[in-house]
Amino acid sequence: MAADKVDPIHQFHINKLIPIEIGGYDLSFTNSALFMVATVVVAAAFLFLTTSSRSLVPGRLQSVSEMAYEFVGNMLRDAAGTQGMKFFPFVFSLFMFVLVANLLGLFPYFFTVTSHIIVTFGLAALVIGTVVVYGFMKHGFGFLKLFVPHGVPVFLLPLVVLIEVISFVSRPVSLSVRLFANMLAGHITLKVFSGFVVSLSALGAVGVAGSILPLAMAVALTALELLVAFLQAYVFAVLTCMYLNDALHPGH
Amino acid sequence: MFVTSAFAQESAPSADTSHAATGGDTHSGTGVPAEAHGTFPPFNPETFPSQLLWLAITFGLFYLFLKRVVMPRVGGIIDVRNDRISQDLDQAAKLKGEADAAVAAYEQELAEAKKNANAIGQQANDAAKAEAETVRKKIEASLDEKLGEAEARIASIKANAMKEVGSIAEDTASAIVEALVGGKASKAEIAAAVKSVAG
Repeated sequence: MAADKVDPIHQFHINKLIPIEIGGYDLSFTNSALFMVATVVVAAAFLFLTTSSRSLVPGRLQSVSEMAYEFVGNMLRDAAGTQGMKFFPFVFSLFMFVLVANLLGLFPYFFTVTSHIIVTFGLAALVIGTVVVYGFMKHGFGFLKLFVPHGVPVFLLPLVVLIEVISFVSRPVSLSVRLFANMLAGHITLKVFSGFVVSLSALGAVGVAGSILPLAMAVALTALELLVAFLQAYVFAVLTCMYLNDALHPGH
Repeated sequence: MFVTSAFAQESAPSADTSHAATGGDTHSGTGVPAEAHGTFPPFNPETFPSQLLWLAITFGLFYLFLKRVVMPRVGGIIDVRNDRISQDLDQAAKLKGEADAAVAAYEQELAEAKKNANAIGQQANDAAKAEAETVRKKIEASLDEKLGEAEARIASIKANAMKEVGSIAEDTASAIVEALVGGKASKAEIAAAVKSVAG
């Protein structure tokens, strides 16, 4: 071993599998794209195959699909009302995509799609874009009432509107950074602790005994990451629902 | 698991030959400079267009697939189940109503039967009482008759006995007279004497 130093960043490297370049842009099919495809295929195949029997009394896997469906459906209905149900396919797709991408990323050697800021930002921009476009389509300039809360004294209004605008603009940033940072930090931590195990066990018997602690940490962190994977998908979907609610009902 | 994965991932960048074999040709093919590895990969803007494109393609297809195929199917399954459940509940309510009606009818019949049974019992009781009364009266009558007969018989026996007492006394008196006096007293005298004593 030339270098025993563990590189926790290596797992985030993007390698080109099929180089494609169009109009000066590098649009290669990379490992990131491969895992996006894997995410979509796994999620779609799971949802499709588990529900193929259409059993009246669902089996275990069909129950999982139905639970995911109803979970997101209830979430959206609670946050945005029945009018919000027209966005159900969108929110459900987002939730399943983020969840499966997070979960796939937990497998050793697998690339985590959501650990790249541009991917999470792309999804967040899609959400905010939908909110803005739908808001203006439905309410016209009435959508701007979103930035003018009721019952605020007139002399405070410019300040409040400014704060509201800043908070609205920061939404895609916070939405994307939250998911990205959680996945990134979790995977780096996991890698660092796993690296300790390798480095310590290279030191002989004492090192092997000492590596038990970081190994236990790595196991515990994996469990935590599993929770985070689900939680972040949930948070992403919940916030999407709340932002969509703003598009549907801009008056606070 | 983690030991091996970490070990293998760690060894990849250090083993220059294998790294060059896997990543080298793609790097040279697109001319990505080696210092791209120097920047933090998630913040490397060179990868942004590709990732955005493939995200748009994969997520777009995923969205369409879920919207067109999966969600109508899952929604359909759930709707069918809910319909079935409400149908079953309706049927259960109907059956419960029928059962309640049956119970009510049964109780009504039971009450009627009880009333009938009471009436029949009462009737039987009355009849038995009346019969017992007549039987009692008959027995009493026959007993009275027998009592009268017995009294009459006692009276006649008593009269006979009294009569015989007279003749016995006469016989006894004649025997005594014979023994004491040695002569025979006439029957008429003795009878008169007994009669005077008895009377």
